[in-house]
Amino acid sequence: MSLLEIENLRLEIGGTPILRDIDLSIAEGEVMGLVGESGSGKSMTALTIMRLLPDAARTSGRVTFDGIDILAAPEAAMNRLRGDDIGMVFQEPMTALNPVKTIGEQVAEGIRWHAGANRADAEQTARQILDRVGLPEAKFPLSRFPHELSGGQRQRVVIAIACALKPKLLIADEPTTALDVVLQKQILELLRDLVDEQKMGLLLISHDLAVVADMADRITIMRHGEVMEEGETARTLSAQVHPYTRQLALASMHVPDRKKHAPSADDAARPLLSVENVVRHYPGRRTSLFSRPEPFRAVDGVSFSIRASQSVALVGRSGCGKSTLARMILALDRPTQGAIRLNGAEVSAMSETELKPHRRDIQVVFQDPYGSFNPRHKVERLVAEPLHLLEKQPGPAERREMVAAALHEVGLQPRDMDKYPHEFSGGQRQRISIARAIITRPRLVVADEPVSALDVSIRAQVLDLFAELNGKLGVAYLFITHDLTVARAITDDVMVMHEGRIVESGKTIDVLDNPQSEAAKALVAAAPDLHRALQKRLAEQG
Amino acid sequence: MTDAPLHLEQPGWRSTLRLAFANRSFMIGFVITALVAAMALVSYVWTPYDVTHLIVADRMKGLSAQHPFGTDHFGRDILSMIMVGARNSIAVAVVAVAVGMGIGVPLGCWAAARGGWVDETLMRFNDVVFAFPALLSAVMITAIFGPGAVNAIIAIGIFNIPVFARVARAGALSLWPREYVLAARAAGKGKTLITIEHILPNIASILLVQGTIQFALGILAEAGLSYLGLGAQPPMPSWGRMLFDAQTRMMVAPHLAIFPGLAIVITVLGLNLLGDGLRDVLDPRLRRQR
Repeated sequence: MSLLEIENLRLEIGGTPILRDIDLSIAEGEVMGLVGESGSGKSMTALTIMRLLPDAARTSGRVTFDGIDILAAPEAAMNRLRGDDIGMVFQEPMTALNPVKTIGEQVAEGIRWHAGANRADAEQTARQILDRVGLPEAKFPLSRFPHELSGGQRQRVVIAIACALKPKLLIADEPTTALDVVLQKQILELLRDLVDEQKMGLLLISHDLAVVADMADRITIMRHGEVMEEGETARTLSAQVHPYTRQLALASMHVPDRKKHAPSADDAARPLLSVENVVRHYPGRRTSLFSRPEPFRAVDGVSFSIRASQSVALVGRSGCGKSTLARMILALDRPTQGAIRLNGAEVSAMSETELKPHRRDIQVVFQDPYGSFNPRHKVERLVAEPLHLLEKQPGPAERREMVAAALHEVGLQPRDMDKYPHEFSGGQRQRISIARAIITRPRLVVADEPVSALDVSIRAQVLDLFAELNGKLGVAYLFITHDLTVARAITDDVMVMHEGRIVESGKTIDVLDNPQSEAAKALVAAAPDLHRALQKRLAEQG
Repeated sequence: MTDAPLHLEQPGWRSTLRLAFANRSFMIGFVITALVAAMALVSYVWTPYDVTHLIVADRMKGLSAQHPFGTDHFGRDILSMIMVGARNSIAVAVVAVAVGMGIGVPLGCWAAARGGWVDETLMRFNDVVFAFPALLSAVMITAIFGPGAVNAIIAIGIFNIPVFARVARAGALSLWPREYVLAARAAGKGKTLITIEHILPNIASILLVQGTIQFALGILAEAGLSYLGLGAQPPMPSWGRMLFDAQTRMMVAPHLAIFPGLAIVITVLGLNLLGDGLRDVLDPRLRRQR
């Protein structure tokens, strides 16, 4: 008998159907991967199992966990289940922990509540489980607060809380989406080891096929609140019987077709952007009232150059200084030492007024398609924002024409300019963001994790768009990313950044296939890869 | 592919209005505030009796058909006095809030945009103003410059400045690191332009909510000052002064105190409900949780 059995689950919230006839089962010690794009109902399925749905939700069907009918169980019985027999790991380690309680208290809390242990016993158990998830007491005493830990360490605490009472089922909802690839690998390995040790069932929710292929024994693919396909992982993903499975697999391995823009001889000789020995300090934390704090070197002596229409990736783990460097290139921040030249002019030493004509040549696309727009402006005004940089301000009719042209270039309709950003999906918003970046015909676009917040199929489309614009307009790119598939798909050259320095650079294929530095090797080894994961699984099965 | 637009709540005016009408505390607050404002406006053209006309023979009459709220110790009609008093209370509170917003919001936005020593200096100065007990200082100001509605407005207005400066600065600070503000900076826009285009429209809602709360506090402060005889001067009736006049006659004619007291309580309650409702209607985060 399965540990968890979901039959014909239907869910409506305020009359809107969210889930339709979901069937899913997990046996003891089994890892079930639940894959789907945003809005497919993955998280709602998880919340139904925990009975943590919003008040307006109406459910029908059957959810049986360990012989208990979850949908009919009284709230008191659910309270006993949650955190004891069913543990949950959330996506965002920053918000899943209470910032005013120590990690010891937070881990011990559940133990005291469910097991009725006294404080000392609960702390002893908390110590053991924290040690197990890789936070030994010698280095991470129970009295640490969440803000004293890094993102990966916090996620370990969340896992410790979920696993402290040896639950029968662990639900992990996108547990590594907020982490970089190296941390992702560590956390996934930890989850797998815990599942093996404690014979837990694991429901792993992810939008990343490669992650799931590596982890899950069986896989369920969801779309629009329905199960598309369900089956043994390696077989399902290699056979790709269902067209949607095929579509997802193709999208996650998508490499855009790139037509190279032939640079003129003049362009090729002269660098478009050159970064010379740039250093950026941030004031460090004061250790005593009288000593001068040691500055934190976020960027530490970085030099490189980008030619016209060259596409360069800057890869590195989170916190390595990539974004600080990007902000300095965009002249939103000034280097402590060194110089940044654009077309030979030293932009890092200019005043805001002197900068204005140069800003036209360098524009930006941000990661978060939701935060990049003022929610109160219409698309026309949002896309037209950089036109402010032109010497001759266009008239209203000309402005609309330019916006229409830019929208057309990114594959949107000119009539979209009269809508508000919330009327668009994430992928469409990223297109608007790109339209805004190219409207002044810049020579260089800095893209800070431009596709990491997007679903795989939309990611593929946006990467195609970047490749197309590179060919058509000859715009150079600086892609900042921790995702090596993006770097591989769309860039000629790659630079690997580690602790504020560039530790390796070269042709993208060379560096990613044959990394030399430790930092690059770690990144390459940790990057999830669908092909590799499937081959490994098929090889294991013989 | 599934690139369908998300159906989020629209921030347009029409849907905001629809939400507002569905919000109970907003509607109750709105109706009370509108009634008080209407009463004040009507008093300019019509009151049941002339409030400056004393009929000593009719003094301290109870409730009757001719005088629904009774008469005071000079025989003036209480209802008429409350209507005219509303005019005074509202005028003082409106101008005081306008003074506070007009000076406080630009200061707060400037502090947030400029940062560094400007921010430090402005906010420490703010802290100093906050450290003075507002009503006592208002008493001091009116005592020095003489009692009267204008001085009451200035006194209350000054103490509204730091409130709005703080709210504006906090709101603006949370917006400056947003990506759309970074994008606007990458588009070469100056701090003033970004503040006008991106910051102000997005902090307008919290300022509006704070405005209604300060409005209610302004009415209370005005009542307090007139109670001490430092607000509007006789023969102009005011709610605070009516309370003061009533206190020696509490045992004989309690209605003298009850009606102006109720007027103050109901108006302040209405404004607070309005502010509460506005916050629910305008804050999209609270909206989604409902």
